[in-house]
Amino acid sequence: MRVLLALVLVLGLTAAAEPQASLPDIEDEVMCVECRTALNVSTSPVADQERSFIREKIAQGLTKQEIKDALVDAYGPDVLATPEAKGFDLSAWLIPGALVAVFAAGVALLARRWRRAPAADPAPEAPELDPADARRLDADLAAFDR
Amino acid sequence: MRPRLYWPITLAAAALVALLTYGVASVGPDTSLDESLRDGKRVEAPVKDLPRLGGEGTASLADHKGEVVVLNVWASWCGPCEAEMPLLQRTHERITKQGGMVLGIDAQEPAERGLKFVDEKGITFPNVRDNDREYIRKFGVSAYPETFLIDRTGKIAALTRGPITQEWLDEELAPLLEEKA
Repeated sequence: MRVLLALVLVLGLTAAAEPQASLPDIEDEVMCVECRTALNVSTSPVADQERSFIREKIAQGLTKQEIKDALVDAYGPDVLATPEAKGFDLSAWLIPGALVAVFAAGVALLARRWRRAPAADPAPEAPELDPADARRLDADLAAFDR
Repeated sequence: MRPRLYWPITLAAAALVALLTYGVASVGPDTSLDESLRDGKRVEAPVKDLPRLGGEGTASLADHKGEVVVLNVWASWCGPCEAEMPLLQRTHERITKQGGMVLGIDAQEPAERGLKFVDEKGITFPNVRDNDREYIRKFGVSAYPETFLIDRTGKIAALTRGPITQEWLDEELAPLLEEKA
């Protein structure tokens, strides 16, 4: 019985965690297929049609991901603002990752070089004072102490 | 910069520039079809099975070999497409007896919107759907409406990127209908 209650509770929490889809939340991740701008800044007739399509799906209780899938089914993959992970669009995902990896490798290489670099040479010792100068210095210091 | 680092960085920068150039070039519409037709060369029309709008199964240009096909790309949200529909419908009715037909391609919209549009406009010519534009890209379609005249052998003989006119149809379609398969 306890297991059953726990299961019901977990399922209930999972369902509650699924956020309610909203037009502003979806609009900025979707493109106007005619004007190739984000839907939230498009005013063309097709943008209005897309917004009306999204509102219908929200009213049907679909989640954000389900609505995005329905948009792709109706308007094609170009409707999504994020590039697809295939073909040339794949480079949009790979290149930033590659740049980060190259940057990290560069930093690691430089750090290794800095660590291996020999410690700076100690400052050369001052030459020995001439005995006469040493005596005069001692006398001056003794005069100061008085 | 140290010579050991110079070449890898230069090569990486060159590769990025090449990728960017390729990306920009590949996004633009393909105009090779327009160039061929300008040179008087007809081009084999791409063929692909597409789902029928408001019907079961698929249809393709291959089903209409031997006929002259006025292939029109449209969307219900496109004003000029709506404006040219009566002319397309009249043309379809007129050329059917001469072995011709209009075949519409509804692009980038939900099927129910396309169907509603077809019903409202009283369109009787067949239509297929190309929601992801994969097929019409092969024709270099970049906007709507666009119309292609396919001869009886399945080759593209003429095109117009924009709304059609009766004058254009008289000039381009009439001679095609005279041709034998």
